[in-house]
Amino acid sequence: MSADAVAAAESGVHPIHYAAASGVFSLSWLLIVLPLAGAAVLLLGGRRTDRFGHVIGTLAAAASFVVGVVLFAALLGRAGDDRALSQHLYSWIPVNGFQVDVGLLVDQLSIVFVLLITGVGTLIHIYSIGYMAHDPARRKFFGYMNLFLASMLLLVLGNNFLSLYAGWELVGLSSYLLIKFWEDRPAAATAANKAFYMNRVGDVGLALAIMFMFATVGSTGFADVFGAAAGGVIGYGTITAIALLLLLGACGKSGQFPLQAWLPDAMEGPTPISALIHAATMVTAGVYLIVRAAPIFDETQAARTVVVIIGAITILLGCVIGCAYDDIKKVLAYSTVSQIGYMFLAVGLGPAGYALGIMHLLAHGFFKAGLFLGAGSVIHAMDDDQDLRHYGGLWRYMPITWATFGLGYLAIIGFPGLSGFFTKDRIIETAFDKGGTSGYLLGSIALLGAGITAFYMTRLFLMTFHGKKRWSSEGDDARHPHESPVSMTGPMIVLAFGSVFAGGLFVLGHSLQDWLEPVAGEGVEGVHTFSPVVLTLLTLVVTVGGFAAAYLRYQVRPVAVAAPADSEVTLVTVAARHDLFANTFNETVAMRPGQFLTRFLVWLDLVGVDGLVRGSAAGIGGLSGRMRRLQTGFVRSYALSMLGGAVLVVGALLLVRG
Amino acid sequence: MTHETLLTAAGAITSTSTGEAVTFWILAPVALLTAIGMVLVRSAVHSALLLVANLFCVAVFYMIQQAPFLGFVQIIVYAGAIMVLFLFVLMLVGVDSSDSLVETIRGQRLGAAIFGLGFAGLLVFPIGSAIDDGSAKGLDAANTGGNVQAIGRLLFTQYVFVFEAISALLVVAAIGTMVLGHREREGGRITQRDWMQRRFAEGAQVTPLPGPGVYAQHDSANTLGLLPGGGLASGIGGIPAVDPPGPPPVDGQASGSSPEGGPAAGGPGRPGGDTGPGPSGSGGGGDGGGGGDRPDPDPVDANDSALAGAGKGEDR
Amino acid sequence: MNPANYLILAAMLFTIGTVGVLVRRNAIVVFMSIELMLNASNLTLVTFSRIRGTLDGQIMAFFVMVVAAAEVVIGLAIILSIFRTRRSASVDDVNLLKY
Repeated sequence: MSADAVAAAESGVHPIHYAAASGVFSLSWLLIVLPLAGAAVLLLGGRRTDRFGHVIGTLAAAASFVVGVVLFAALLGRAGDDRALSQHLYSWIPVNGFQVDVGLLVDQLSIVFVLLITGVGTLIHIYSIGYMAHDPARRKFFGYMNLFLASMLLLVLGNNFLSLYAGWELVGLSSYLLIKFWEDRPAAATAANKAFYMNRVGDVGLALAIMFMFATVGSTGFADVFGAAAGGVIGYGTITAIALLLLLGACGKSGQFPLQAWLPDAMEGPTPISALIHAATMVTAGVYLIVRAAPIFDETQAARTVVVIIGAITILLGCVIGCAYDDIKKVLAYSTVSQIGYMFLAVGLGPAGYALGIMHLLAHGFFKAGLFLGAGSVIHAMDDDQDLRHYGGLWRYMPITWATFGLGYLAIIGFPGLSGFFTKDRIIETAFDKGGTSGYLLGSIALLGAGITAFYMTRLFLMTFHGKKRWSSEGDDARHPHESPVSMTGPMIVLAFGSVFAGGLFVLGHSLQDWLEPVAGEGVEGVHTFSPVVLTLLTLVVTVGGFAAAYLRYQVRPVAVAAPADSEVTLVTVAARHDLFANTFNETVAMRPGQFLTRFLVWLDLVGVDGLVRGSAAGIGGLSGRMRRLQTGFVRSYALSMLGGAVLVVGALLLVRG
Repeated sequence: MTHETLLTAAGAITSTSTGEAVTFWILAPVALLTAIGMVLVRSAVHSALLLVANLFCVAVFYMIQQAPFLGFVQIIVYAGAIMVLFLFVLMLVGVDSSDSLVETIRGQRLGAAIFGLGFAGLLVFPIGSAIDDGSAKGLDAANTGGNVQAIGRLLFTQYVFVFEAISALLVVAAIGTMVLGHREREGGRITQRDWMQRRFAEGAQVTPLPGPGVYAQHDSANTLGLLPGGGLASGIGGIPAVDPPGPPPVDGQASGSSPEGGPAAGGPGRPGGDTGPGPSGSGGGGDGGGGGDRPDPDPVDANDSALAGAGKGEDR
Repeated sequence: MNPANYLILAAMLFTIGTVGVLVRRNAIVVFMSIELMLNASNLTLVTFSRIRGTLDGQIMAFFVMVVAAAEVVIGLAIILSIFRTRRSASVDDVNLLKY
C-alpha cells in the first residue's frame, strides 16, 4: 500500500470493500475454466478431437452460460447493495511491495457481461457448427473460440486491473488468431496483423494507465484504486492522465477514432467471429473498461469530454463510411464502429450515461450479432459472395434469414418498440440533456447519426433482400440461394427475439439502470432540454427520413450490378469509400515514417554501428596480421629490439638531464 | 709502505700512479682485442679461450683498482671454474659445431652495428664529459686492515641478508641444474624378462649369440676361433696354432682393451666387439645375426639403439 | 691517469658483449657474450667503488659474480637439454614460439 493509500485510509475515506465470495459464488472460476478446458482439449488434443471437437466446444460454452445463469440467479437473491462478490484465487506476484492477487469479481456489471458473452457465445458456437461444417479446421476454430470466451470472461471478471489486462491481451490474441483463421488468404493475414498492431497502440495506453495506478495508489485492485479515486487522494492531473490512457486502450480495443481502421479489416475472419468478437463482445470491452473505471472518470471532467468527443466523431465516421461500402460485412463493421460510438458518447456523459451505454451495448450485442449471423447466412447461401450489388430479392429464398435479419435491422434503426428504439433514443435524449451548446451539438450529432444509420441499414437491407435479382441461377456464375440449416437459423431466431425485446426489458421500469446503479452510480434524471415525447418524435422523423431516402434511392430506382466509378460519385462518397482516408492517414503519419525510421536505423546499424565494429575489428586484425610478423621467433631479433629500446631510453634520459 | 703513508699519499696525489697507467694502457687494448676476437672468431673454443684472456685482463684491472679479492675471485671462479664449465659444455655439444658466420636474419647485423655504435656513443661520451677532474677518493681508508677483511666485514654485517639470499639462489641454481639435467626413462625400465619375451616373440635367435670365435663357422684351418682374450684359438684337432700375426683387426678399443681380461662372450658392460672383417665376413653372412651390432653413433638415444640392436647381438 | 678510462673501457666491453649477443648464433658463445657484459658492469662497479672510496661497489660486484655463476649453470643446463632434443646449439633453431 502506498503512502497515498495510507493517507486515504487515515483521512476517513473508506476504500471500497467487496464481500468475500462464498457458496455458489466460490464456483465463479468455473466460468473461465470451462471454456479454457475446452480450448485446451481441442488445441492440445489435435486431430484426435476432429470428429467431436465442435460438440466439446459448444458444450463448454453452454456449461459456462449455465454457471453464469446460476450466478445471476444467486445475485438476484441478494440485497441490492450486496451484490459485489470478490473471490481471491491465488497470489500471482507476491513480491514485497508489489502484491498482485488473482481474483474474480462477480458484481452487477460483470454478471451482465458474463451473460452476454456466454449467451451470445453459445449461440454463435451452435451457429458455427453449421457455418463451419465444411471447413477442415473446424476443430481448431472451436478451440480458438473457447479460448476467446475464457479470455473475455477473465477480462470482465478480474477484480484488479492486471487480471483485466491479462484478459485484454488474451482476447487480442484470440482475435488475431481468428481473424487470420483462413491464413492462406493474404488479406486475412494482413488484416490480422493490422488488428494486432493497432490494438498494441491501445494496449500500451492501458498498460501505462495501470502503471500510473500502481505508482500512485500502490495497487491495481479495483477496490484500492477506486477507493483512492473516490477519496480524492489522486491528483487531478494524474487521474486525468490515467483516464486518458485508459481511454486510449478502450479506443484501440473498441475500434474508436482514431484507432478504428482495424475493425473493418477484421471482417476477413469467418462471419461467426465477426458476430461474436468484432460486434457483440470484444469490441465492447472498451465500453466495459470505461464503465468499470467509472470512479476514475467521475473525477475528471476533461477525460469525459474527450470520451464524448471521440464517441461523437466515431458515430459520424462510422455512419458515413457505412453508406459507401458494398461489402455486406464491411457495412456492418462500420455500423458497429458507429454504434460503439454511441456507447462511448453515453458513457462519456458521466453517471447519467453509464447505464445507457451498457444498455445499448447489450441490445447491440443481440441485434448486431443477429445481423452478422444473418449476413453469414446470406454469404453462405451466395457462395461466399459478400457484394451487396450481387444480391437482391433474396427474401423469397431465405425467409427465416429475411425475418430475423429484418428484425435486427428494425432494431438497429430504432423502430418503435424494438431494442434500438429504447436504448438509442435514451442516449440521444441524454446528450441533449447535457445542456448548453455542447449538449445541442452532441444531441444533433447523435440524431444525425440515427438518420444516417437508418439510411445505410435500409440500403443494406433492401439491396440484399428486396429489389430485382442481380444474380442468376444459370450460366457460369450460377447461384442457388437456399435457407441455412437449423443449427444456423436457430441462433438467428433466438437473437432476433433478443433484438426485439431486450431494449424494452432493460429500459422499461429502469430495470437495468437500477441493477447497475451500485456500479455505475445513480443515473441522475437531468433537466430535459426537450420533452422525451418530442425527442422521440424528432428521432422518428429523422429515421423515417433516412429510410425514405434509402427507399427512393435503392428500391424505387434500380441498383447497378457494378459499383459506379469514383468519377461518377460525389467527393464524400469517394472519401467514404477510402475510409475517410483513415488508412492513408495512418500510412502517411505512422507507417511510412516508421518504415523510414526502421530503414534508417537498420542502415545506421549496418553501416554505422556494424561498420564501426567491423572496421575496428578489421583494422586491428590487419594491423595484427602485419605486427605479428615482428614475432619472428628469433631470440636475437628480440634482443635487437631490446637494445634499440635501451638506446632510446638512455638517449631520452640524457636529453632530459641535459 | 705503511698504511699511514698510503693515506697521506692518497690525499696528496691523484689516485692513479704511473705504473697503473702503464698497466692500463697495455692491458686495455688487450682486453678490447680479446673481446672483439671473442665475438668474431669462428670456433666456440677459441671464443672461450679469448674470453679467458679478457677475464684475466679485467682481473688485473680489479687488482690495480684496490680490489685484490675480486681480482683473485675473478681468476679462480670465473676464468677457472666457470670457463671450464663452458668448455665442458662445448665439448658435450661438440667442438666441431663451429658457427657459420653467414647471417640469416635480414638486417640483424646492420641493426646490431648501428645500435651498438649508438649505445657505445651514448655510454662513452657522457662518461668522458662527466668525470673530468680525474680525482678519485681511493679505497685506502676502506681497505684498512686488508681488502678481504673489509669485504668480509661488510658482507657479514651490512649485507648479510643479501648474502643469505644469494646463497639460497645458488642452492636453487644447483637444484635447477639437476632438474634440467635429469632425464626421465621413457616407458619404464626394460628388465631381463622384457628382453626375453621380446626375443621369443620375434622368434629369431633365442639363445644368446655365441661369442666371437667360439664357434668357427668354417672348418677351414685358416679360419680360427678367437680366444677370450682376443687371441686366435688353436687349429683343428689340437694342432697348435701358428703364432698369431698380431692382434686381430678389431675396430675401436673395446675388444682390444685387455687381452687377458673379461670373458670371451656376453661379458656384461662390454660393447659388442666385432670380429672384424676376417672370418665371418668371408663366410657369406650366415643368418645375418652373427655380425653383432654396430657401434652406435648416437650417444644420446642409447635406449633406442639398444632396442634396435636387440634382435641382433644380445650380448649387452 | 683518469679513472674514468676504466669506465670507458667497461662501456666498450659492454657494447662488444651486446653486439656479440646480437650476431652470434651459437648459444654458448651468446652466453659468453653475456658474461662479457657482466664483467664490464663489474669493472664499472669496482671503478666506482674506488672513485667513491667505499667498498659497496665491490660487494655488489661480488654478488654479480655469484649471480652470474648461478645463471651460467642454469643457462648451460638449458642449452644442454635443448641440444639433447634438437641436436643444435643454435639460438635461431629454437624459434617455434612465433606468429
